[in-house]
Amino acid sequence: MPHLRSTLATLLLLGAVALTGCADREEPAGTEGDDDGAFPVRVQAEGAPAVTLETRPERIVSLSPSATETLYAVGAGEQVVAVDSASTYPEQAPRTDLTGLNPDPEAILTHQPDLVVVSADLENKLTDALAPTGTKTLVLPDARTLDAAYEQFELVGKATGHPADGADVASRTREDLAKIIADTPEPEQPLTYYHELDQTFYSVTSATFIGQVYDQFGLTNIADGDDPNAAGGYPQLSAETILQANPDLIFLADTVCCGQNAETIAKRPGWDTLTAVQEGRVVELNDDLASRWSPRVVEFARSVSEAVTAAVSGASA
Amino acid sequence: MSRTTSLRPRTVVLGLLALVLVMLLSVLVGASDLGWQRVLAEIGAQLTGGTSPLSEREAAIVWQLRVPRVLLAGLVGAALASSGAAFQGVFRNPLADPYLLGAAAGAGMAATMVVVLAPATTGWVVGPLPIAAFAGALLGVGLSWLLGRSSGGTGTATLLLAGVAVAAFLTAVQTFVQQLNTETIRQVYTWMLGGLNISGWREVLLALPYVAIAAVVLCLCARLLDVLTLGDAEAASLGVRPSRVRLLLLAAASLATAAAVAVSGLIGFVGIVVPHLVRLLAGASYRVIVPLSLIGGAVFLIVADHIASTVLPGELPLGVVTAFAGAPFFLLILRTTRTRLP
Repeated sequence: MPHLRSTLATLLLLGAVALTGCADREEPAGTEGDDDGAFPVRVQAEGAPAVTLETRPERIVSLSPSATETLYAVGAGEQVVAVDSASTYPEQAPRTDLTGLNPDPEAILTHQPDLVVVSADLENKLTDALAPTGTKTLVLPDARTLDAAYEQFELVGKATGHPADGADVASRTREDLAKIIADTPEPEQPLTYYHELDQTFYSVTSATFIGQVYDQFGLTNIADGDDPNAAGGYPQLSAETILQANPDLIFLADTVCCGQNAETIAKRPGWDTLTAVQEGRVVELNDDLASRWSPRVVEFARSVSEAVTAAVSGASA
Repeated sequence: MSRTTSLRPRTVVLGLLALVLVMLLSVLVGASDLGWQRVLAEIGAQLTGGTSPLSEREAAIVWQLRVPRVLLAGLVGAALASSGAAFQGVFRNPLADPYLLGAAAGAGMAATMVVVLAPATTGWVVGPLPIAAFAGALLGVGLSWLLGRSSGGTGTATLLLAGVAVAAFLTAVQTFVQQLNTETIRQVYTWMLGGLNISGWREVLLALPYVAIAAVVLCLCARLLDVLTLGDAEAASLGVRPSRVRLLLLAAASLATAAAVAVSGLIGFVGIVVPHLVRLLAGASYRVIVPLSLIGGAVFLIVADHIASTVLPGELPLGVVTAFAGAPFFLLILRTTRTRLP
């Protein structure tokens, strides 16, 4: 541990030296004007520092599962050399032991990246640690809205030399979503829903990214209470709050992590009295799909659409 | 400080009255807004066979969620507080708590292992997590006991040191496993901070036998705890074999602690604060402290759990409430009691 700490300190020191050194250097000429996009390019995600990439990154390390999906979606998959252990999609992503929660600069550098993508970098620690080696750090924070997600798709395209593909993915996702929503029947009475993150009743409110998707279908979140922003949008509900709310739809995003399904929740104390349980309106989602702000949000929206359609036709039948 | 050695009936009746009162309150008012009059009517209907204003689902909230949760809070509080009293007596240390001999560290390690290694196990009558936490707690205490004995010490000091070492080691193992599996961090921490949110009758039945056995053993042995406080030599001269008594008391207390940990996670503070409150208010004899800690612990945790489930729209971790609300309350009692004493 002391060894690691001194290494970090050295890296930080080197970072400071390199940063001050930058001021005297001449700006590299932006000569590459081909279809790979224009470099240098300056990119900045909402709520994150700006990064200037001098050349097209050829060795990308992604420590964010959502970013990994987006990188492959915009056609930058071939440039990805390593992804973190939680990046489960797509199959071919080179999964490693790396983690984005507490990233280890040394372990990251063994992959000799020129660009590292993370979802959070507290006090720019990782950025500063990687900077001396010339490795850039792109922070793509959790998207809180669909628009923020589309922006990130475009941004990833730009940063990796696939600007047209990035823009295309963004607009396609937007259109697909709009179509799914338009094709979904509107219930006469607004439907309520409960989205479960784990079996201790952690949930999401409508103020989260996932909540926004449900919003598009006109669904009402039972976790909202008086303030959807309370508990950062991820409150822990009481069992009795859920029973009393009696949501029309139950979405389980803990099928993989915690092995929950329609049967297991029906066995919970009192849950057999819930209308959604009795009428089979429990939707078993893939945990990953229902937690990432990637282009696969379309698949998630499709599940929601099917559930709403079934609920509406069930009600009218 | 009063030198009461026998339990006054009036105190017990008052304690039980308070217990019934907080139980009733917690059942009548909860996280969801059923209306306390309607819940009262439901209880009346159940007792007399009349009609209830509650729907089937609302009745399920009362009988399948609130009642077992209140009972479980009472059981866990009683277990932790009486075990805390026993630990303080056995170690003759006012800072001893039920987790002193590695019960918390063992349970934490085992729970982490289960979350990491067997995340999707379902269909068991009892989930793997409570079983693991129970076994882990006993493993921690057992290791401490074995190490404390094998190091050749006779008194409580070696046992205490063994407990510290075992706890440190098990915590290190847990942290290591956790670091390798950072994606499960929230699940582990949710469990660690403690809570009764997902409890039902099953958990009540799970904890009841252990807590009941421990309660009986500790109450019957309260006199022996008083003897132990005199020191081993004195105790021996009174015909008590200190090492045997200690083993019995620690076994009973650890069993109750393990049962509590298994159904509620790690809830701190109860085991220290309740026995001391009882000591301040009712007397320093363990024949008073143990039975009143059972009642006081139940009252304390039912109130804490009520706060945890109602003060915010969502749930608060119970372990946070016990410390957050308990610590200032304890200091207040300490102050007011001190000023009254000579």
